[in-house]
Amino acid sequence: MSTSTPASATAYRGGARAWVGRLAPPALVLLLACLPLLDLRLPGVLPGPTYTPGTLHLLALAMVMAALALSYHLLLGVAGLLSFGHALYFGLGAYLLGIVMSELELGLVPSVLVVLVAGVVISLLLGAVSLRVTGIPFAMVTLAFAQAGSVLVRRDPGRVTGGEEGLRLPTEQVPDALVGVADTRNLYWLALAALVLAFLLVSWVQGSRAGHVAAAVRENELRVRVLGMRPFLVKLAIFVAASVIAVGMGMVHLLLNSGAVPHIVSAELTISLLLMVVIGGVGSRWGAVAGAVLYVLLNQRLTVLAQATWVHDLPAPLRIPLSEPMFVLGTLFVLVVLFLPGGLAGTVARVRRWRGTAGPGGSTEGADRLEDVDDEQQVATAGGARR
Amino acid sequence: MSTVVLLLFTGVGLGAIYFLVASGLSLIYGLMHVLNFAHGVFLSLGAFLGFEVASRLGATTWTGFAASLLVGALAGALFAALTERLLVQRLYERHIEQVLVTVGLGLAAVALFDGIWGTDPRFISGPAWMGRTTSVLGANVPNDRFVAILVAGLVLLGMVLFLRRTRYGMIIRAGVENRAMVTALGIDVRTAFTLVFTIGGIAAGLGGVLASHYFGYVSPLLGQTLLIFAFIVTVIGGLGSLTGAAIASVVVALLQQFANYYLWGTGDLAVVVLLAVVLLTRPSGLMGRRA
Repeated sequence: MSTSTPASATAYRGGARAWVGRLAPPALVLLLACLPLLDLRLPGVLPGPTYTPGTLHLLALAMVMAALALSYHLLLGVAGLLSFGHALYFGLGAYLLGIVMSELELGLVPSVLVVLVAGVVISLLLGAVSLRVTGIPFAMVTLAFAQAGSVLVRRDPGRVTGGEEGLRLPTEQVPDALVGVADTRNLYWLALAALVLAFLLVSWVQGSRAGHVAAAVRENELRVRVLGMRPFLVKLAIFVAASVIAVGMGMVHLLLNSGAVPHIVSAELTISLLLMVVIGGVGSRWGAVAGAVLYVLLNQRLTVLAQATWVHDLPAPLRIPLSEPMFVLGTLFVLVVLFLPGGLAGTVARVRRWRGTAGPGGSTEGADRLEDVDDEQQVATAGGARR
Repeated sequence: MSTVVLLLFTGVGLGAIYFLVASGLSLIYGLMHVLNFAHGVFLSLGAFLGFEVASRLGATTWTGFAASLLVGALAGALFAALTERLLVQRLYERHIEQVLVTVGLGLAAVALFDGIWGTDPRFISGPAWMGRTTSVLGANVPNDRFVAILVAGLVLLGMVLFLRRTRYGMIIRAGVENRAMVTALGIDVRTAFTLVFTIGGIAAGLGGVLASHYFGYVSPLLGQTLLIFAFIVTVIGGLGSLTGAAIASVVVALLQQFANYYLWGTGDLAVVVLLAVVLLTRPSGLMGRRA
């Protein structure tokens, strides 16, 4: 990219780039949709050829997590709400779908509708209580609610959740095409469709009036109030939207894994979502997707690495850290927070700017936005300090 | 009657452990506005190193127990001070990122403890007297409850004296009130930051050793489990208030014990309900400042 390029040529190139930017997502979705029919191998990244059930299952899991990370992006990246209880809604979707199908003996489609309605009601109630506080107290309250849900699932009231053992998918209510290892490709397509739907929904919410007001509230809540708008209602709307998307993804996860385990309601799951979104870059939709895919693949590869024989032969100081995937991921996360503000998306944007070709929408929004998440709380504490 | 007395002592003993975790959290939040997600691993490290030392010196001797308390406190203090200096301080004034760093550290440290000590709980034993019970008003109260209450009481006393009587204590109190003013007076608050982390680490380390005796085991997740209740305690008590943390720890622990016994094991849910009620009526907590 030489600096002597005439201005018109740069403009032309910028136009071409915009076209590529517009065509790339549908092309990518098309490619992903074709994967189960192809024999692609990515040694070191994927466990096997792309048509095998194992690989398809891993990719589908990555896509479900990416969609979940997108819903978390609505909370953190758009509304600036740091929630530690998002797993509650994911788990709610998975467990409630299983319970409705087995206890009420409804078919898959009516059950899905029941669960979605329940998700709206529960997230409205809990959101209305949690949103009475902002900033760090909000994080703690959501954490406490999720913890209550987690305790409830583990206690196994009325023997419906299966306790520590987890819940098994009631296969008699599910169409045959979505059950069994041989049909993994159908589940893969379902997960891909869910991801695309989540991306469109998140984009729509973010671009809607509520999304803009929520972003304004994140920047300066006081000013929004002065303008005569009600930040509480807007934040509640975003909270419910994000929670309902998470409920939906929980349902896909139940089908994909033929069951649900207590881990999906735990605080650890929410923290891994936070990891995905921050590694990808807070405030960027593509960042959330990329962060989630990276996280899921890395987690899988590191688990394989932990069982490798050469790792077992290492001396203890090297063997112990390498055989704990969460140690490596946690350390990676700390390094990203310390040295790569803006995560993957921010870094890509910065590299582009260095090369003098800042693409459309390319900026290090992520880094600035994290600060904005906090400003709101600063205002709150400054108000408090005056008593 | 004897059941009520037993539940009272068990509850206050558990409250003592909650206080040891929550006091540090509350002080750190009050001064620095950082929610320290790594606080649980300070506790776990204290518990594990205390366990190692006690098993080397003889787990059933009083020297072993005293040494485990000392080592637990030192380990917690050192880990906390290093965390503050190496990670948190680099992100000066960027509160959300400071929280994220402690989240990452918490994850990595729990995984590391898993690798070193294994995921299964290690059952521990203390001096014979601690395993026995004392009869109070007809109730047989396990003696380790008294030790937990005594240590937490001493820590509370020590913290109050430190905050009221020493120069650094005054800087910390002033910093909680109005940090900008303290900085403007030319005082380097960063030393105070390291100090509150260290104090929090000492309390958490002690709490770790006592919690391992209270529950009878130590596991990598011990700290993170207690941490969630400590968060609830700090919110109910009012963020940044030491007295609030002390009162709320006892209230939360008692509620948990009594609900577990009389309301069919719903202690954890009762605590969350209490949290919701407190937030609806007093969003800033029992002793928190009115926003």
